[in-house]
Amino acid sequence: MAKLVRTEEEVMLADAARGFLDQAAPVVHLRGLRDAGQTQDRALWSEMAAMGWAGVLIPEEAGGSDMGHAAACALAGEMGKTLVTSPFLSTAVIAATALRQVSDARAVQALARIASGEVTYALAIDEGAKFAPEATQMQTRADGNGFRLNGEKRFVVDGANADRLLVLARTDAGLTLFDLPADRDGITREGQAMIDSRDAARIEFSDVAATGEDVLGQVDDAMSVLAPALRAGQAALAAEMAGLAAGAFGMTVEYLKERKQFGVPIGAFQALQHRAAHLWCECEVTASAILNAGRMLDEDPENAALAVSLAKARATDTAQRAVQEGVQMHGGIGMTDAFDMGFYMKRARVGAEWLGDYGYHANIVAQARGF
Amino acid sequence: MAEEDGALAAFRDELRSWLEANCPADMRDGRNDEASICWGGKNWNFASEAQRTWLQRCVSKGYTVPTWPVEYGGAGLSRDQEKVFHQEMRRLNARYPLQSFGIWMLGPALLHFGTHEQKLHYLPPIARGEIRWCQGYSEPGAGSDLANVQSRAEDKGDHWLVNGQKIWTSYADQADWIFALLRTDREAPKHKGISFILLDMTSPGVTTRPIKLISGASPFCETFFDNVEVPREQVVGEVNRGWDVAKYLLTHEREMISAAGGTMGSGRALGAVLADSGSTDTVLRADAMRAEVDGLAVALTLERYKDQAEAGQGAGDASAMLKYMGTELNKRNLELVMAAGGSDALIWEDGRAPNWLRTKANSIEGGTSEVMLSIISKRVLGLSG
Ligand SMILES: Cc1cc2nc3c(=O)[nH]c(=O)nc-3n(C[C@H](O)[C@H](O)[C@H](O)COP(=O)(O)OP(=O)(O)OC[C@H]3O[C@@H](n4cnc5c(N)ncnc54)[C@H](O)[C@@H]3O)c2cc1C
Ligand SMILES: Cc1cc2nc3c(=O)[nH]c(=O)nc-3n(C[C@H](O)[C@H](O)[C@H](O)COP(=O)(O)OP(=O)(O)OC[C@H]3O[C@@H](n4cnc5c(N)ncnc54)[C@H](O)[C@@H]3O)c2cc1C
Repeated sequence: MAKLVRTEEEVMLADAARGFLDQAAPVVHLRGLRDAGQTQDRALWSEMAAMGWAGVLIPEEAGGSDMGHAAACALAGEMGKTLVTSPFLSTAVIAATALRQVSDARAVQALARIASGEVTYALAIDEGAKFAPEATQMQTRADGNGFRLNGEKRFVVDGANADRLLVLARTDAGLTLFDLPADRDGITREGQAMIDSRDAARIEFSDVAATGEDVLGQVDDAMSVLAPALRAGQAALAAEMAGLAAGAFGMTVEYLKERKQFGVPIGAFQALQHRAAHLWCECEVTASAILNAGRMLDEDPENAALAVSLAKARATDTAQRAVQEGVQMHGGIGMTDAFDMGFYMKRARVGAEWLGDYGYHANIVAQARGF
Repeated sequence: MAEEDGALAAFRDELRSWLEANCPADMRDGRNDEASICWGGKNWNFASEAQRTWLQRCVSKGYTVPTWPVEYGGAGLSRDQEKVFHQEMRRLNARYPLQSFGIWMLGPALLHFGTHEQKLHYLPPIARGEIRWCQGYSEPGAGSDLANVQSRAEDKGDHWLVNGQKIWTSYADQADWIFALLRTDREAPKHKGISFILLDMTSPGVTTRPIKLISGASPFCETFFDNVEVPREQVVGEVNRGWDVAKYLLTHEREMISAAGGTMGSGRALGAVLADSGSTDTVLRADAMRAEVDGLAVALTLERYKDQAEAGQGAGDASAMLKYMGTELNKRNLELVMAAGGSDALIWEDGRAPNWLRTKANSIEGGTSEVMLSIISKRVLGLSG
């Protein structure tokens, strides 16, 4: 396997992303959207697409830059550092990976529209409060040559703004993944006010018509398309959360050097030094798991499940530690809305739940390791 | 690239068949506990004929120190080949043929700071398991504050005259030689008056007294130097610059201690340990799962840092992180092993308890966890005070 060191290209990509995001999307950008009652910035997404980010996992024939999962993780990590809100994970990572599993002309066209930034996607899986794709209950019934979908999806991240929806539903002999325009008759979307100020919707499907054309992959066999897409999404989300942890940690260390009490910077107190040092160690260890997940997805995707779940479990844990220590070490100011740390804390909680929480992924790791 | 892969694959094939043909059946149990380790040295009694054979065969190939240059007794393996070496050893569940402070600590320091003559003189006997070394760093008044060592070496022209006391010297009573930190300038600031000196333990004036550990074993000692004469040329690096050598050696010691985390004790994965115990305790299982997640990520970090070092992106203080995370994890793992073992594990003869107790030293020896955190907060995070 390739080395657990970033390649020169990955370093350049991350540096370029950092430069762009510091200008275009520092944390105050998210704050501005929230204060304006918005959850997404389509103009920002167009700029990202113009830089090739929307096509990071899309073949060159379809207009993508095809840089691979490690590169996608590098981008997600930079976005995490300043809490950038965009349809990157839902669209450029999850939907693009799902569409890549299908090699027909329609899928290629759909990929091209993702790469150009023209179309965005959301993944509609969850029906309960926890991620459990295999337990999907959403009903379909046969209707002529097609289907009718009925039911409700929750926590559809990016769902209120997306142009298209990937919907997981139960068919005769298994699960099927549908690729539907979000404005199809019978679909009702309701954006939910989420703690992380981002887009997540509750979506109702009331006798929504779907044909064979709308099925992604094969009927009754969603997982051969969806499983790789979920792994890609989980890895990139883990990378985002590791970036978030690094962002929160960086702010905290700066504060330890600035804030004076008892006549000295609070970073002079060993009680805080050792906790900060411990947190740095946690961040470093998690960074290894992220790098490894990206490499495995690029080089041995069939066997990447353990690496991806390890990355998501570690990143979930580390991000939560980083924001809790972040607030605590800031004292009173850490509790205020005017200060950014709270945004990190709230995003970390949402990221912990999305696409499987710590326990979900730790169980996958444990099973793969003979528990 | 493809060509290189081909060469690596050929190396793997050759190594695999060599290991299959040469590793004795009794050496294929992956054990790494005190009773199974081969330490070598003049006083060594092989635990079995298989242990002797395995060592001799590995020595002939340079496999006791696979990455050392061939002229010093190694096999001259590259980093990629080294990875393959460890993978193939693990595949066969082979024991390490030889372990020693010479391999882990002194060797890397000599390779970096030693003269060509010193390397030729001291390294091959380490590789062959003929000379066993011990580490004379700590003193009663110099533990975490290691630079406070007071044992001294006086310049007597053609030799050094050494006096003083070391403590916690692991295996001093069984070792042939000791590498010691000794004060050679009492006027200079404490870091600037120390030299790194090599001593023959059979020299007149060297005595040792074993200290018993909580595990019941007594692998470490007090070591006394009473007017010991040491030839002048047995200084490594510059006189009064021994602290540089000492610190460099410590980074290797720390990496070794953290790497040992994965193989300590039975060397078995936690999942298997739990399965064997037949435990249905869901709380224990959850704790073990967390430890497994953390353990895998720490192991990857060890790999990542080695890859970075090879790519010339060495993180100097990385060893403090690995040492801290690795040893704390190791302690956690052995707590889980004990819990899974229930009352069976409480009987001395069972063998788990000594390992469990031994791991408690991991976060003390080679620099304590607190010292590691202080190093990180100062050097990596730039926090002062
Ligand atoms: C919700 C809320 C309600 C409050 N209500 C009131 C109120 O009604 N009246 C009122 O007077 N105040 C109130 N406070 C203020 C509160 O008492 C202070 O926030 C608290 O004393 C900490 O002070 P600080 O915010 O300046 O943090 P700092 O003192 O700057 O501390 C920052 C960090 O450094 C750590 N630290 C500081 N010194 C040391 C040291 N020597 N050793 C180790 N660590 C150290 C702290 O533990 C903290 O983690 C309130 C605060 C909050 C969040
Ligand atoms: C099994 C074993 C084998 C060993 N083998 C060897 C050997 O072969 N050769 C050798 O030279 N030495 C050896 N040692 C010694 C080891 O290196 C020392 O024990 C270690 O460096 C700690 O020193 P100390 O025991 O004097 O503890 P102290 O330095 O007295 O520390 C006591 C406690 O105080 C804490 N502490 C100290 N300073 C600070 C600080 N500034 N901030 C916060 N906390 C602090 C420590 O972390 C520790 O928890 C061995 C030790 C053990 C347990």
